Amino acid sequence: MAVYLGFKEVWRNKGRFLLFSLVIALIAILVLFTAGLGEGLASANKEYLEKLDAQLLVFQEGTGYSTVESRIDYKDTRRIRRVAGVADAGPIGFSNAKIVFENNLEPLNVSFIGVEPGKPGAPSSVVGEDLRSNRAKVVLVDQRVAEAARVTVGDFITIKVTQGTEEELYDLRVTGITDGQQYFFRPSIFVSLPVWDMYRPKADSSVSSSQPAVNVVAIRADSPSSLENLPAAISAGVSDVEATDIKTAYESAPGYAEQQSTLNTIKAFTFLIGALVIGGFFQIQTLQKIPQIGMLKAIGTPNPVVATASILQIVFVTVFGVVLGGAVTVGLSMGLPSGVPIIFTGTSILVAAVSLLLIGPIGGMVSIRLALKVEPLSALGM
Amino acid sequence: MEKVNIIETQGATKIYASSELTVKAVENVSIGVKAGEFVGLVGPSGSGKTTMLAMLATLLAPTDGRLLIDGQDLGAMSDRQRTQFRREKIGFTFQANNLVPYLTALENVELMLRLNGNNGKTGRQRAEALLTRLGLGDRLDNLPSQLSGGQQQRVAIARSLIHSPSVVLADEPTANLDTERANQVVGIFADLIHEENRAGIMVTHDLRMSRYVDKVIQMVDGKIARVVTERSEIDLLAGTNEFDRLGPPSNGGTKRGAIVRSPRLQSPVPAFAGGD
Repeated sequence: MAVYLGFKEVWRNKGRFLLFSLVIALIAILVLFTAGLGEGLASANKEYLEKLDAQLLVFQEGTGYSTVESRIDYKDTRRIRRVAGVADAGPIGFSNAKIVFENNLEPLNVSFIGVEPGKPGAPSSVVGEDLRSNRAKVVLVDQRVAEAARVTVGDFITIKVTQGTEEELYDLRVTGITDGQQYFFRPSIFVSLPVWDMYRPKADSSVSSSQPAVNVVAIRADSPSSLENLPAAISAGVSDVEATDIKTAYESAPGYAEQQSTLNTIKAFTFLIGALVIGGFFQIQTLQKIPQIGMLKAIGTPNPVVATASILQIVFVTVFGVVLGGAVTVGLSMGLPSGVPIIFTGTSILVAAVSLLLIGPIGGMVSIRLALKVEPLSALGM
Repeated sequence: MEKVNIIETQGATKIYASSELTVKAVENVSIGVKAGEFVGLVGPSGSGKTTMLAMLATLLAPTDGRLLIDGQDLGAMSDRQRTQFRREKIGFTFQANNLVPYLTALENVELMLRLNGNNGKTGRQRAEALLTRLGLGDRLDNLPSQLSGGQQQRVAIARSLIHSPSVVLADEPTANLDTERANQVVGIFADLIHEENRAGIMVTHDLRMSRYVDKVIQMVDGKIARVVTERSEIDLLAGTNEFDRLGPPSNGGTKRGAIVRSPRLQSPVPAFAGGD
């Protein structure tokens, strides 16, 4: 009975309910884009770190887990490897570079990352080979770089860096392409540490080392059970370093927390607005329907039927709006330029979609309560 | 054999009390209505007739006294039982807001059957037959907004009878209608109540409508002022002569118990003659 009443009303008032679903669709688009942006920005920040084949990152002590500030002597990597519970450790050096092209094409900014082949931190290729040699002037590029620079395995890329006061150009042969490995809002390219130290931006181009100081060391624990005590063991075994888990590491990146909290605030307010809009709509509709609800009750319609009919309408309108909004969002996202940091995967999108579906019933609760409290006698003016 | 009362009230009283004021809306009212009897509850505004109707409709609990329908004491029922009782035993026509605006005429009538768990084809056929009989055969799929006030009231009458209730109650069913339509609607209503052997009560302030009822109970200040059962007296009350000029009834007869047929009422539908 409730289904019959609820859907007959929606069907006979298609225009009104469709209009309202469109409002919900717009809210859904806004929320999903905000969530997608949050996910995209977070990913741009942390993609490389998140995909590391490691559980911990070691930083220089007192640097607040900042990869930019942290400096670790290469020799410490060996000391870290000797700490009980550490299966392997890989030094990682972060820097920036520009890939330049012929024909005056716009240069491509990339994260220039030095790793030790075969050690934690060195990414795997999805096309071509992983890094194998410390000396070869070869590079792994992430797929975004491959797409943007239109290079494939075997091609050469030219990077431009500033060393001293001079701009230097270096050619690197692409031996492999990795999956998405953004770091600090830039797609990444990976070279061995000696090559990295030779080509990275620095004050003096003549100074480079085969065992340079790095920014962090990635740790792979030998078992999950040893993870808990490992940071303390590393701090105890190696001086002036501290270890933390990957999540804490990327959340400590400058601006990460602020950025995410801003986006979460926007999302929360949009949800609130959504709940209020839905609540307001159904409240007004219920107020308009009071005589009708009173009549239905007077002729013997039980309260649960009246309430269920309202709930079904709210759920239907919300689901339709969210699905419509989701479809439009997916459609719009396909047309976005590749540089826009929006990603429609991940838990935050799922949470956003589920939350959107919940705001309808939550917003509509007041109107359902109102409908339940309608007294037939006063509603009919008897 | 003497017919038993379907509706019976014994000293029904309703008092509205606040800290400053106590109003006796209905005081010690005892009435009885038999099957096939159509009673007009008349009186000026504030006379307590609508309160009486609301109590009979189980929408209002009496302060004192007993109200019985089909022998069941309305005061002894829980909220849920009252709702079920209204659904099954009572047919209701209101002054306004009678119909669900998003249901067609046919669906509005079917609504009572659906509420009682009857979604079958037979129910639909009965609803169609009843509406056709009420002259709405070509309006089955019209929404209330596409019907005139009189047509809407006829749909409401159909809805109040479709589930074969024991009791049919009408609250000022002609309040928003012109005289011609009011005659039509109440005439049809009276016919159906008589034919289907229901106990009917119509609250009205329009004494002219009394000519369609079998008994007039006049209320003043919450009490029964008089009960008129003689046809001649009822017609006198209805102002028959004056009424003739406005729109004469089809049979012109004024015998007690005579059914005043509406000109719009079509031949009875056999399926309805015996109710359910």
